[in-house]
Amino acid sequence: MTVGDPTMVSNSGHAQARTRRRVFGVMFYALTIGSTVLGIVLLAALLIDVFADGVNQVDAHFLTSYPSRFPDQSGLRSALLGTLWMLGLTAILAFPIGVGAAIYLEEYAPANWVTRFIQLNIANLAGVPSVVYGLLGLGLFVRWFSLGRSILAGSMTMSLLILPLIIVASRESIRAVPDSLREGAFALGATRWQMVRRTVVPAAAGGILTGTILALARAVGETAPLITIGALTYIAFDPQGPMDLFTVLPIQIFNWVSLPQKDFAYLAAGGICVLLMVLLIANSLAVFLRYRMQRRLQ
Amino acid sequence: MAVGGTVVLAACGDTGVVTEVSSAEKTVEKSGKKIVDVTPPLGPIAGTILIDGSSTVGPISAAVAEEFAKKFPDVRVPVGVSGTGGGFKKFCVRETDITNASRFIKSKEETVCAENGIEYIELPVAVDGIAVVVNPKNTAIGDSITVEELKAMWAPEAEEKVTTWDQVRAGLPGNKLVMYGPGTDSGTYDYFTKKINGVEGASRGDFTPSEDDNVLVQGVSGDVNAIGFFGLAYYEQNKDLLKALKVDGGNGPVSPTEANVLSGAYSPLSRVVFIYVSPVAAERPEVQTFIDFYLNNASGLAPSVGYVQLPEKMYQMALERFKSRKTGTITALEGTTSSPNSVLAAWEAGA
Repeated sequence: MTVGDPTMVSNSGHAQARTRRRVFGVMFYALTIGSTVLGIVLLAALLIDVFADGVNQVDAHFLTSYPSRFPDQSGLRSALLGTLWMLGLTAILAFPIGVGAAIYLEEYAPANWVTRFIQLNIANLAGVPSVVYGLLGLGLFVRWFSLGRSILAGSMTMSLLILPLIIVASRESIRAVPDSLREGAFALGATRWQMVRRTVVPAAAGGILTGTILALARAVGETAPLITIGALTYIAFDPQGPMDLFTVLPIQIFNWVSLPQKDFAYLAAGGICVLLMVLLIANSLAVFLRYRMQRRLQ
Repeated sequence: MAVGGTVVLAACGDTGVVTEVSSAEKTVEKSGKKIVDVTPPLGPIAGTILIDGSSTVGPISAAVAEEFAKKFPDVRVPVGVSGTGGGFKKFCVRETDITNASRFIKSKEETVCAENGIEYIELPVAVDGIAVVVNPKNTAIGDSITVEELKAMWAPEAEEKVTTWDQVRAGLPGNKLVMYGPGTDSGTYDYFTKKINGVEGASRGDFTPSEDDNVLVQGVSGDVNAIGFFGLAYYEQNKDLLKALKVDGGNGPVSPTEANVLSGAYSPLSRVVFIYVSPVAAERPEVQTFIDFYLNNASGLAPSVGYVQLPEKMYQMALERFKSRKTGTITALEGTTSSPNSVLAAWEAGA
């Protein structure tokens, strides 16, 4: 008994502690489920609300007409084309530069304080508010480079905005390629360029693409930098080239929301549906590319 | 009646087949005016006319641009909205050909323009009223408010001091005063503070501002103790949610109806809105044609987007002013007043 008592006490102490641990475990589990469900419910509520108002606005006429002062004749042709132009140009500009920088930083750069300084600054740039990039774009591209309020100036501004995101995502993805692959390539006599070209980039391509598409999705949804550089509100013609004037979907939506006639609010909802569809198409393209690349790799 | 029928049909969602014809008929329905044709001075025209500026005037210019594009598809007329002040910033460095303004140009802006060697032709295009609105459930306030009462609640001195309705008018319940107004970048805010508080841009800071007038509509319609002000067009579209107060500027309460805004009886909160044209741009045939079209059709198109047309005489005077390329401001009244009658009087006196 005298020997058993402490054991008994400590046993029941263990049991208590174990129960408490389990309760905490269950609570944490519930909390994580709650967070997930909350996110999904909010997103679903938002989407249902927008689609209920907007989805029957979206028809061929809506997509192919220019904006008008009559809600029933109004469309977003110029804004949709502007968004597609900007999406394409931004991808062309930002993707090679971003991936190039990531490859340099991961595969070539010496591990010294200069590299660390650059990396730190890129990470910080990813957190700079977008309107600041707009001011930079206005001063640098619109006025100094004399590009005017063109699609090109807008795309270059957007490229600046998303470059840090692409670089950070690409670096993560390149770093995740196991060193054994690199060593294998070297062992077979590959140069560093051949190793990067044939081993690292294909293995990291999925992650790089996903990061790029997510960054482009952000660019598509941004309004503030484009308003700052002077994208226009009412455009009733198709952009003819990268130097042309333009508007984009978020600006068109913003404009409709701010008009007094209530019918324009439904058009805005329709515009949001179109914007979401553009994003979904871009995202599914990324998933498709990623899937194909992984299959080829195997 | 027949025209009304077309509008109903078009509104029933037959969106695919709405044609230019029905839009023209709608314009007729709303204002009783057909689109007036103009002839370019030197044959076919093409090019791009850059317009930016006030968000209040933007819809008028966009409506004109929309109709203009139907007649002259080779001329592109994009319209930006960066506020009256933002518009002058671009206009005064020659980034735009025409700028929309919901007030007269300020002497500060004039200086910047002059430094860059840029002149302007000032052309009035429509009238806008500023509605003072409360929640419809607010019956205690009655149906009118005086300029003194507005000043008592909006003056800079009122900040954190005038917080309940009984401080505005004796006899009102002591409920919390909830205030909404346009953001400080808007010409509407500039004009209201000038007229009510005497100094442009001077007001209390503790109100809820929004650049989006629909947010103000929601704010006032959702709170029985709220008061706000914004362009009349937003009240017209939300009559069921808001109560617009008659404003007493010293000559008895006047309601913000179209007739009162046009006559200037709704004083001091009705204002003339303008476009400013660069005389250099005005040499281009497409700009000439566009301005000609604008001034000939503003009286029909301004009402279709919620504004009141000017007296016909003023459009004729504006056309002459443009033809003679008369630069500079119409009056030396900068900021003192801009109700239609006073602008007309000052204009005739100066001309």
